[in-house]
Amino acid sequence: MTGLAAWTAAGRERRRGERGDGGPGGGPGARGGWSAIGARARRRRRLRVLAFLSPWLIGFAMFFGYPLLATVYFSFTRYDLFNLEYVGLTNYRFLFQDEDAWHAMRNTLWLVAVTVPLRVLFGLGIAQLLTHLKRGGAVFRSVFYLPYLVPPVSATVAFVFVLNPGTGPVEHLADMVGLPMPDWFNEPEWSKPGLALLGLWAVGDVMIILLAAVLDVPKHLYEAAEIDGANGWQRFRHITLPTISPVLAFAAVTGVIQTLQYFTQAMVAGKVAAGQSDQPGTQTVPGYPGGSTLTFPQWLYDEGFRQFNMGYACVLALVMFGVAMLFTLVLLRQFRAFTDGEAS
Amino acid sequence: MRTTTPRRIAAAIAAAALGLTSACTAGGGGSDDGGPKAEDKQTIQVWHGWSADHEVKGFEDAVNGFRKLHPNITVKVTGNQTDDQITNAIRGGTPPDVVASFTTDNLGQFCQSGAWQELTPRLKKSGVDLNIFPKAVQDYTQFRGKRCALPLLADAYGLYFNKKLMKGNAPPKTMSELAALAKKLTVRDRDGRIKVAGFMPSVQYYEHTPQHIATSFGVKWLGADGKANFSRDPAFTEYLKWEKDLLDWYGYDEAKRFMRTMGQEFEASNPFQKGKVAMAVDGEWRTKFIEKEAPGLDYGTAPPPVSDARAAQYGGGFTLGTIMGIPRGSKHADAAWEFVRYLTTDTGSLVTLANALGNVPSTLQALSSPDLRLPAQFGTFLNVFKHPGTTTSPSSPNGGDYLVQLQKFVQDEWEPGKAQDPARALKALDEKVDKALKLAGG
Repeated sequence: MTGLAAWTAAGRERRRGERGDGGPGGGPGARGGWSAIGARARRRRRLRVLAFLSPWLIGFAMFFGYPLLATVYFSFTRYDLFNLEYVGLTNYRFLFQDEDAWHAMRNTLWLVAVTVPLRVLFGLGIAQLLTHLKRGGAVFRSVFYLPYLVPPVSATVAFVFVLNPGTGPVEHLADMVGLPMPDWFNEPEWSKPGLALLGLWAVGDVMIILLAAVLDVPKHLYEAAEIDGANGWQRFRHITLPTISPVLAFAAVTGVIQTLQYFTQAMVAGKVAAGQSDQPGTQTVPGYPGGSTLTFPQWLYDEGFRQFNMGYACVLALVMFGVAMLFTLVLLRQFRAFTDGEAS
Repeated sequence: MRTTTPRRIAAAIAAAALGLTSACTAGGGGSDDGGPKAEDKQTIQVWHGWSADHEVKGFEDAVNGFRKLHPNITVKVTGNQTDDQITNAIRGGTPPDVVASFTTDNLGQFCQSGAWQELTPRLKKSGVDLNIFPKAVQDYTQFRGKRCALPLLADAYGLYFNKKLMKGNAPPKTMSELAALAKKLTVRDRDGRIKVAGFMPSVQYYEHTPQHIATSFGVKWLGADGKANFSRDPAFTEYLKWEKDLLDWYGYDEAKRFMRTMGQEFEASNPFQKGKVAMAVDGEWRTKFIEKEAPGLDYGTAPPPVSDARAAQYGGGFTLGTIMGIPRGSKHADAAWEFVRYLTTDTGSLVTLANALGNVPSTLQALSSPDLRLPAQFGTFLNVFKHPGTTTSPSSPNGGDYLVQLQKFVQDEWEPGKAQDPARALKALDEKVDKALKLAGG
């Protein structure tokens, strides 16, 4: 008897036993023999499943489980990369006194709240436009995707220079048509909107997955809706949106996680706008202007690698992890509710 | 009401894991190893941060003297190495034998953590007299009595002035004179926009950081107790008032507009090199930049002005520099020490390196070497460097965070006028800095 047959037979036997209907050869001795074989088969099956899962499990343990546990452990220590000292809740208490951490968190949440919805909406809008193009779709697809391929540092440096009111061409052009232009990366009120604009410019990643999702919506649903007299908005609202909602959820969740990790663009924009050189050995104030571009990951990096407070940096990492998890849960729940509501 | 399933929680955890830094998970460090004696045949690894071709060549030229002197030691040099790379190598147990860092502010951490070896026993054994280095240099290579580095060239700061824009005026010696002359030399257009700034006092003007300018007021950065001294030392308030008075004379918004259009510090568009500012405090390296990027510029240099009450101290300034040491876990520590000792104390080697890099040689003897081939304006920096009144900023265990915090305060609160009461603001700053120092074990 093969393992699978034994498992099937044992399963049948167990189900009969549970139903209490006995069966041929169903004495106590025979039942014991069957269940022993069944247990062995089950164990073998589990091992097989485990073997197939093991590459992922090992990766998960190494790159998530261990780092997470280590981060929790180090968060209770004073750790300067060389020496370790247990300090209890000191790092956690310091979090509540650290104005810079909360300031950085507010900046990051602003970027999450504004940039993520805007990028998803903008990406979806472009995807919708591209699906309706009769000609030149491939060209426009490339045009909208290309900015995403520009390295973030180069893109940010270029953005700051282009939008610089003193030397940039945008100000010059705006002047010609009499449009007032804000001082994008030199005023605390405008620096984050400037970064959001940069995010919108490089929306290619979101656009491309939403375009694939929109193109994947079954055509017959639209045809049926048209026959029923549904207008464009109704087709979008009741067919496109529910069908692509898992992809929207993916775009939103990954967008939130990426924005919570927002580092490069904010740091480069702050430094370039401040005219600070990144010469080795120089000390620079992060978050120019006025701390408005100081994001949470920048502060985490600053604490860990400039101030050598690795233990406290671990607390900040855990806070970031918690916030990311919270956002992810809420978003998944909202999208699930939306999809279920549409289905019913 | 919908409940959250374990599967969804697991999905959320996996997704959020992307955001979790792995920075906190690295392993331990290496162990010290006596290794072979300096006389044995061996190879040592040397890491430094210079990367430009002329810098790398200059370093190699300086090392060649050591190679001749110690033919048994093969020196392998690797440039363009950062502090992060050095730290990772030490923690990984495979450090080089000698390291050099530009980030003098990190010395406190290097010494406190033991990442760089204590050099005092070796200095005593080799009979090296620390007085070959100026006092300020002795200060920035030790942390709380633990000397884990020696200086390898230094930066000194002075006042650069554009002779044409000075209109026959002599360089100022006091901060009052500087402010008065800055106003006199400033040129505005008909709309009141600055065309030429006499002297831009803002901390956002490149090297005009509190670290470089407040020194002129004789500030004491940390108290004897190792705590922040901003509210206890009246020199900080004096500096803040001087800075704000001159900045307000320009107009904060107009000064900001001017600084946005003035060019980049380390490019040919540098405002001093372009004649947009008449006077600026800068490091000695600017002479090399001017030589290369603005050879026609007619300029002079002078010691930085000092506050009126410290007129007798005129001639001194601020200094800081590259540090060199032996990392924990070096496999050839004796040979590494011979190398460090040679490169940081040998006059010929220091002069070779100073000529190549345009920095100040870091021993008193090398300062007066006839072999120094540097522009005439460089003499000011040699004099500032050896002046007994020249000071530095002390190391702290958290990478000189107190300097960053002061600059942040001046830039974000003081200059825009958000902080009106300096006494109260500096007290709050002291508390903030002290909390951070305490967290770092300071």
